[in-house]
Amino acid sequence: MILEKSEISLIGAAVAIALASLVVPNWLVFTATLAISTALVVMGVVMLMRAGLVSFGQGLFYCLGGYAVGLGGRYLGITDALLLIVLGVAVTVGVAMILGLLVTRYREIFFAMLSLAFSMILYGLLVKSHGLGSTDGFGVVDWTILGFSPGSGESSSRTALLLALGLALGIALFLNRYFRSSLGLACEAIRENEVRVEYMGVSRKQVLYINYVIAAAVGSIGGSMTALAAGHVDPTMAYWTISGEFVFIAILGGTGHVAAPFIAALIFTLVRTYAIELAPNAWQMILGIVLLLIILFLPKGIWSLFTRKKGVAS
Amino acid sequence: MKNSNQRPIWQKTLLGTATSVAMASVGVMGMAATASAEESFKVGFVTFLSGGASGPFGVPAAQGAEIVIKAINEGSLPAPYNTKGVNGLTLESVVVDEAGGPTKQVEEYRNLVQRQDVDAVIGYISSGDCLAIGPVAEEMKMFTIAFDCGTSRLFQEIEDPQYMFRTGLDAVADNVGAARYLAETRPDAVRIAGIQQNYAWGQDSWQDFTLAMAQLMPEAEIVNNQTPQLFQGSYSTEISALQTERPDIVHSSMWGGDMESFTAQANVRGLLSQATAILTTGESGLHRFDGQAPNGTILGGRGPFGGFMPENDLSEWFTQTYVAEHGTPPSYPASKAAQAVLALKFAADSSGAEGVPSSEQLAAALKGAEFESVSGTVRMALAGGHQALQPMSYGEYHFENGEAELRNVRSYSGECVSAPDGYNAQQWIKEGFPGVDCN
Repeated sequence: MILEKSEISLIGAAVAIALASLVVPNWLVFTATLAISTALVVMGVVMLMRAGLVSFGQGLFYCLGGYAVGLGGRYLGITDALLLIVLGVAVTVGVAMILGLLVTRYREIFFAMLSLAFSMILYGLLVKSHGLGSTDGFGVVDWTILGFSPGSGESSSRTALLLALGLALGIALFLNRYFRSSLGLACEAIRENEVRVEYMGVSRKQVLYINYVIAAAVGSIGGSMTALAAGHVDPTMAYWTISGEFVFIAILGGTGHVAAPFIAALIFTLVRTYAIELAPNAWQMILGIVLLLIILFLPKGIWSLFTRKKGVAS
Repeated sequence: MKNSNQRPIWQKTLLGTATSVAMASVGVMGMAATASAEESFKVGFVTFLSGGASGPFGVPAAQGAEIVIKAINEGSLPAPYNTKGVNGLTLESVVVDEAGGPTKQVEEYRNLVQRQDVDAVIGYISSGDCLAIGPVAEEMKMFTIAFDCGTSRLFQEIEDPQYMFRTGLDAVADNVGAARYLAETRPDAVRIAGIQQNYAWGQDSWQDFTLAMAQLMPEAEIVNNQTPQLFQGSYSTEISALQTERPDIVHSSMWGGDMESFTAQANVRGLLSQATAILTTGESGLHRFDGQAPNGTILGGRGPFGGFMPENDLSEWFTQTYVAEHGTPPSYPASKAAQAVLALKFAADSSGAEGVPSSEQLAAALKGAEFESVSGTVRMALAGGHQALQPMSYGEYHFENGEAELRNVRSYSGECVSAPDGYNAQQWIKEGFPGVDCN
């Protein structure tokens, strides 16, 4: 298999981040882990966007992934991070395969609202579950990876980053190819004109269904990684404002490239944390203004900065 | 063509913005570096500055803490805190908004410790945030005081806490205290109803209250419990449902704006002339009801805070200063925040450290200690010396001639309302309060 240029740069970026994690301050390592986890969920939103669907309920899969890690550790006694993530993916794929039958029949606002509704149903269920700590949530057990215990403190957050980075790289490489596979391209074709796609003999239902399930699985991994890194899960993960945040980051990054959600998530997180530090009473305003400016000047997302440069050079 | 001409301008604008942002952040970092170079003690203070909990809790708490911090630096606190600074060091505070949920709070906590280099953290009103922060504080070995959150699970979830402290009571004490107050002052009440916000706090409170009632007033019957959404605001359906049950007592753990609007609406609808409301966090509305709650409504303040503060030099000083600064007497969140800052000063002053005390020194000084506070003498006697054991007070609201006051106040000692160490709180109530001491 010959690696393409963008794949080489993805691998290069991942290696660079992994090396940088040895020298940058520990808070940045943790923030980057959360940003990568968020970006994975955003990736799911982007996948749906490419097919012309906007999901305001990706928090559902984010939350399922998180709770699978929390519950798997607490009630099934699983401590291996990879096993917990696989458990999350299995549960999420199961749920998405059922929900997908229904929601992929809808488009536009109906899809958005339906996806939001399912996410809020999970939120409601978790809030009602007094045994699971209701809105307070509960802690995630100390995890190991392939029999290796990450310990505590700095080495633990670095291990979490490396794990997130490894998973993200794998997913990015896969999606990079997927976006240009016949399935991925069919998604874009469906966005442009569904009827024509059907005339060409491609089942739009099947394409959207598979796309939806993969997006869910990717989102679940993001949720699991967040739970492993933060060490706590709570129903807010399924709340609609969190899903809205994912859509926002997706728009911020643009749908141009698999790397876009990662860059957007990192910028979003950094702007937010510095805004909180600089203006504890007005950080939402700063965050809002910065994001508005980015959207105003880069209507196609942050990724358009990179494509523009290329355009000028050629 | 037009587009390609515009591109450089856009890029320039962006580059300009990026450069100025970068320069600004470098400037801020530089400032932070110079500030920490001086001998000062930096504390992170985390409280709600936005969202529904900011008005009734977060902002009063920030104000309460700010007043005490200012006085510490001026050396103007009454004895035993009349020395300047903490352990002689200027106390510097970094305020952070608690909004955004536990995951974000874990991130901001790490940023406080590792990026802003704080020496201690005080904060957390939300129980979910406390539960998430507890293990992180232990992992990062950072002296942390939870000043308000009420979950009884905090120290159940941390095995052998070293760095996490709570200078207040948990919600179990609120509800056991409420049941005790009812048993003493309303022994004839038969029909008990409740209304709680539909989330962990409401569910936990109602569970603890009903368990305690089964022990203390076994004759009483629980007739109804309504669970409206958090921040619902309008309670007409719930009030109607409660009215049809003809309760004698309505217990509510609702807080802030929800509690105030429920009280006002239930009063207008006549529910509160039928039944007496017992509001476990009602003290925060003491100076805000302005007669909208009927006289005789039972209020709690989550311990001897706010209007329940005992008379001592510290509480008098605190009330006076708070009124002078903000025009209203301090509510319980303000007193609780003040108490946590005083605990920090106590720990730093008695740590015996030279210069900035380490987290270990602070923890050793506060663990199991007794310190003076606005709420009287606080004993850190629960959770292996990591949580305060304090009395719980309830009293009746009376509003006359434009002045609100608490009457018929009763206090129950800490041992009377809190489970001893090693007991699960719910188990303790169910077994009939073993080891209880109500004198």
